[in-house]
Amino acid sequence: MNTKLISALFATFATLTLASQAFAEVSVDGAWVRGTVAKQTATGAFMTLKTAKATQLISAASPVAEVVEVHEMVMDGNMMKMRALPKLDIPANTPVELKPGSYHIMLMSLKKPLVDGEKVPLTLHFENAAKQKETLEVNAVVRPMTQMPMQHNH
Amino acid sequence: MRQKLFVAIAIAAGVTLVVLLALVYRQVVTTSEALVFKSPIVATQDFGQRWLPDAGVTDHLGKPRQLEDFRGKVVLLFFGYTQCPDVCPTALYRATQVMSLLGPQADQVQILFMSLDPQRDTQELLANYVPAFDSRFVGLRPKPEAVPELAKQFRVFYRINPGSTPSTYTLDHGVTTYAYDPSGKLRLAIGHSTSAEDVTADIKTLLSL
Repeated sequence: MNTKLISALFATFATLTLASQAFAEVSVDGAWVRGTVAKQTATGAFMTLKTAKATQLISAASPVAEVVEVHEMVMDGNMMKMRALPKLDIPANTPVELKPGSYHIMLMSLKKPLVDGEKVPLTLHFENAAKQKETLEVNAVVRPMTQMPMQHNH
Repeated sequence: MRQKLFVAIAIAAGVTLVVLLALVYRQVVTTSEALVFKSPIVATQDFGQRWLPDAGVTDHLGKPRQLEDFRGKVVLLFFGYTQCPDVCPTALYRATQVMSLLGPQADQVQILFMSLDPQRDTQELLANYVPAFDSRFVGLRPKPEAVPELAKQFRVFYRINPGSTPSTYTLDHGVTTYAYDPSGKLRLAIGHSTSAEDVTADIKTLLSL
């Protein structure tokens, strides 16, 4: 293998790396998790997701929970309905709010209580229609269980 | 001829007057009822002051409890589960706001949170969870096998949605809060989106009865 080939390979890798970074379009804002008490095994994570190119949130993971899923809460009259979503659409340039009363990331089979102020690492996996994948690392801050977060109505 | 016409007019006037009076009366009664409570009145049904005999309801300290134990206070009873990420903490949070809005009258109010998920909501978990919102709140836990009958007794719809693992199922459930007056009579069905201020106003009305 000559040096030319090696440098060509490096160039290719570099281009690929740059290309994959160019897909890093999704950004996150205001990520938080509702705190839990001892023995509580589930809670929700909330945030606003924004992207320049339409994509889908296809899965999530966190070291604090064995099972992480995207859920949607719907009020049907005086009935609260909870559904796991296989995918969550993130349209281009239209922020998607994961918030109480709507979409959220469920952290289930928690390994320990989540204490106020703690940072919970979350890994979000996205995939767009062209099968381009993207991973986003998020640190969500734990807010007190017994308080309501300020609503972002903008 | 003229006499007949006069009689007809008199009858018509009489009927109109009666109808008008009835309308005004109904308007007054409806308006005064609407002014008393912000939340819908439960007039036609009561679920009793005792759970179904074998519901085995205990509080978060393990003490057997009946609804009648809380007679003398306005009782707000609602159903949920601690894994609920959203509606249940919101309802409990509203209850904390109501308690602070009530001021000294809060001592005449009892908040009860009944678990629909006693398999996962152990007594210990309820003891950690419910009083974390307000030390006066009481968590209640039926026997797991009694949940369907208890939900039927209180007309609370619920459904278990299987999860990706056996322990990660979720629940759909009704979010109505029942309000009882101090005599133990079921009075109101408070909706989830009713403001803490309106709930407080209704409790004050119930306390003034």
